[in-house]
Amino acid sequence: MQVPAPFTYERAGSVDEALSLLGRYGPEARLVAGGHSLLPMMKLRLARPEALVDINGLAELDYIRVDGDHLAIGAMTRHAAVLESPLLSEHYRIFAEAERVIADPLVRNRGTVGGSLCQADPSEDLSAVFAALRGEVVIRSTGGVRRVPMREFHVGPYETAVGDGEILVEVRVPIRTSVGSAYEKVERRAGDWSIAAAGAFVVLDGDRISDVGLGITAVGAEHFTCAEAEAALVGAQPDDEAVEAAAAICASSCNPTVDQRGPEDYKRHLVSVLVARALRRSIAVARVGSSRGVED
Amino acid sequence: MRVTIEVNGRETSADIEDRLLLVHYLRNTLGMTGTHWGCDTSNCGACTVWLDGLPVKSCTTLAAMADGRSVRSVEGLEGDTLDPVQQGFIEEHGLQCGFCTPGMMMVARALLDRDPDPDEATIREAISGNLCRCTGYENIVRAIRWAARKQAETGRSDREAEEAVL
Ligand SMILES: Cc1cc2nc3c(=O)[nH]c(=O)nc-3n(C[C@H](O)[C@H](O)[C@H](O)COP(=O)(O)OP(=O)(O)OC[C@H]3O[C@@H](n4cnc5c(N)ncnc54)[C@H](O)[C@@H]3O)c2cc1C
Ligand code: FES
Ligand code: FES
Repeated sequence: MQVPAPFTYERAGSVDEALSLLGRYGPEARLVAGGHSLLPMMKLRLARPEALVDINGLAELDYIRVDGDHLAIGAMTRHAAVLESPLLSEHYRIFAEAERVIADPLVRNRGTVGGSLCQADPSEDLSAVFAALRGEVVIRSTGGVRRVPMREFHVGPYETAVGDGEILVEVRVPIRTSVGSAYEKVERRAGDWSIAAAGAFVVLDGDRISDVGLGITAVGAEHFTCAEAEAALVGAQPDDEAVEAAAAICASSCNPTVDQRGPEDYKRHLVSVLVARALRRSIAVARVGSSRGVED
Repeated sequence: MRVTIEVNGRETSADIEDRLLLVHYLRNTLGMTGTHWGCDTSNCGACTVWLDGLPVKSCTTLAAMADGRSVRSVEGLEGDTLDPVQQGFIEEHGLQCGFCTPGMMMVARALLDRDPDPDEATIREAISGNLCRCTGYENIVRAIRWAARKQAETGRSDREAEEAVL
């Protein structure tokens, strides 16, 4: 029987209370959201916090809404809510396409956006989604609020810009028009982590790509993206040649590790195929002028 | 710490270790062994119960997280009669060893409450967090379809039946 090492459980009723509990217990305290990454790690003694501050009751962090020219997603939003959000789907199909293949419906009922990003697993899917969309995270401490671009959020595997005594409260994504987006993932079996996955958004201006974002996970892509491939795409015509060239850059510049999910050349091959597919579908959606009402 | 958790409509309360998992609260503290405990790694779904109306894996939920909230376990499916889902598993041979069955049935009940007429793909997606080692998925899908048909015929969902009893 696997059980976590002993700890003190505290439940926070508000963000302020959570921050003061974190302050009281110091660096040995951890927030627990869905607990679907943290509790398994605690069972294996990979994490051994002295106190857990439960933020599941923080309804103030459970929302998906338009805030000016951005979409704002609260940290306690569950995967299931992201998957089913008509607002997110209306703007970016990449959300539902990624969520559909994150874990399984039971895990998605508990796991949260904030927990996923803060866990910073190198194979995490939402990190790739938000990196592609050039989102930013909002982090609160007793000292105030700061914003960090998604592409500066990950400091290393399992390490983020969120420090002791801080809470990630929101993720923000700019609203774009004439945009298409998509997510492509290959896993060994339903509900598993990616062998490789890629997401994209494309904005078209006439017959040119005017803006593009790529997200790549599980293969050691720097900041879950590939800036070089994006640069090659901006200003290009949205044709096969441009797509294939960008996909090749992604495949050669990532750093896949050899593990039970496959050898390096296979993973690079997957990256090129998945980036190309995500780009092609994003372009097709963007061509229609808007993602609204467009189905496969 | 002391927790008070509503389990299948009944208030339960106990002094527990903060680190106690919900699955062990149900099985060991309350002696309700209907909820199974399998992989312990949030993969198999044998431990599935409802927390505030949503199916979750109770091996990856602290009992403390359920304090003041409501839990429904497989023991709470049966009313005056078997739930159509339970009947379906009998009629369509939806179980062999029965280890995955409590989790499967809790997911099936939640699915039918949301979508009374799910197609096969929807059912397969809904049970994709639940593993059956006996690989009886065909019959599990049929059992859930059986329950959906049964409910449609009788025109009474489980929820309504429960309300009628109250
Ligand atoms: C069987 C299984 C399969 C999975 N498959 C996938 C998959 O295919 N793809 C994928 O991307 N993920 C997958 N996951 C991970 C899943 O998405 C987790 O739910 C998620 O990684 C963590 O979210 P959580 O809310 O449970 O976080 P928790 O486990 O509660 O927390 C994770 C970490 O983040 C910290 N934290 C949580 N919230 C905050 C906050 N607001 N501010 C600061 N720190 C915070 C915690 O202290 C902890 O260190 C899987 C998980 C399981 C169990
Ligand atoms: S015992 Fe909980 S998922 Fe397997
Ligand atoms: S019936 Fe044996 S595990 Fe499903």
